[in-house]
Amino acid sequence: MLTKKVKKRVSFLSLLLIFLVIAVFFILKSLTSNILYFKSPTDIQLSQDIISKKKIRVGGMVKKDSININNQEIEFIITDLKNEIFVSYSGTVPNLFLEGKGVVAEGILKDKNFFIADRILAKHDEKYMPPELTDLMKKDVK
Amino acid sequence: MLDLINPSRIFHWIDKLINFINSIFFILLLIALTFALILSPPDYLQGDSVRIMYVHVPSAWIGLASFTVIALLSILNFIFKIKNFSLITKSIAPLGLMFTCLAIVTGSLWGKPTWGTWWVWDARITSMVVLSIFYILFILAHKLIKDEGKAYKASNIIAIIGLVNIPVIKYSVDWWNTLHQPASIKLDGTSSIHTSMLLPLMLMLLVLLLYCALILLMKYKTEIIRIKRKNIKRI
Repeated sequence: MLTKKVKKRVSFLSLLLIFLVIAVFFILKSLTSNILYFKSPTDIQLSQDIISKKKIRVGGMVKKDSININNQEIEFIITDLKNEIFVSYSGTVPNLFLEGKGVVAEGILKDKNFFIADRILAKHDEKYMPPELTDLMKKDVK
Repeated sequence: MLDLINPSRIFHWIDKLINFINSIFFILLLIALTFALILSPPDYLQGDSVRIMYVHVPSAWIGLASFTVIALLSILNFIFKIKNFSLITKSIAPLGLMFTCLAIVTGSLWGKPTWGTWWVWDARITSMVVLSIFYILFILAHKLIKDEGKAYKASNIIAIIGLVNIPVIKYSVDWWNTLHQPASIKLDGTSSIHTSMLLPLMLMLLVLLLYCALILLMKYKTEIIRIKRKNIKRI
């Protein structure tokens, strides 16, 4: 049933697809550092060459009870549960910027533990539920 | 089976199907919108902007699924030269492009109140933009290349190349740090969306799929008419 022509096309296609997958794999692999939208505090602790003038993004969870708001700036701690980084920011924060929730800060690194942000983005997680449910959950915890 | 999808005698059941979908579509749309906009609860964090998800998520799924179908049919078409598949892929492409763009636009509208920004170049969003570019290339191949045989060949190759992008979109949120959240509904069926929100989501998916079927059938019919007008009896 399979003619010679069909066999030829099949082998051409499989070669094309294998070639494409390998090519895309290597392209994405070499671009990984650019594709990563933010670095975690651990990445920053481990990295050797941090250019202090260059803008970077740090992401993780806002540490519980770490938000400190005075009239000039907001200070908080981003944690990935292994390492932490102290962030100072002045400006408005999105509504979903809350303790224990995900956050991405954009700005300049002063040193490995201190970060000056000029933009804050809230990172939403994949959970969706009605408000009554969270009230119940809080009661259970108490 | 093959006789049933033979384009030459397809009209009697295409019209029936279009009429059937037309008769239930608006009722289902009303039900789904009632659930999505009124009956479902607001989210504990996002409030009412969670309702954007009921359009965003099904659109993104349909955008991805359409391209996968186009690419798989293109592979079969490339190997076995079944002209009918070209007509089908050509009819799906505009729908897929529309839903991909809808997913990007609604995502942007949702991003502003939730993330605090309209747009970021993270892996998920960028790969969705790449998908829409593949759709545009696919459609342009049909519009710009005059010779039909060459147009089909070019569009097939574009679709097959674009297939590599599909797993990248799906797993972009797992492979890299992205601002976009990971999938709420996993491939193994577990979901982190509360049932009261899952129901309107599935209803909206059903309605949008019906819309796709409706437009696809109409467009497919036009393509067949176009071919018949050229006095080609058999395809």
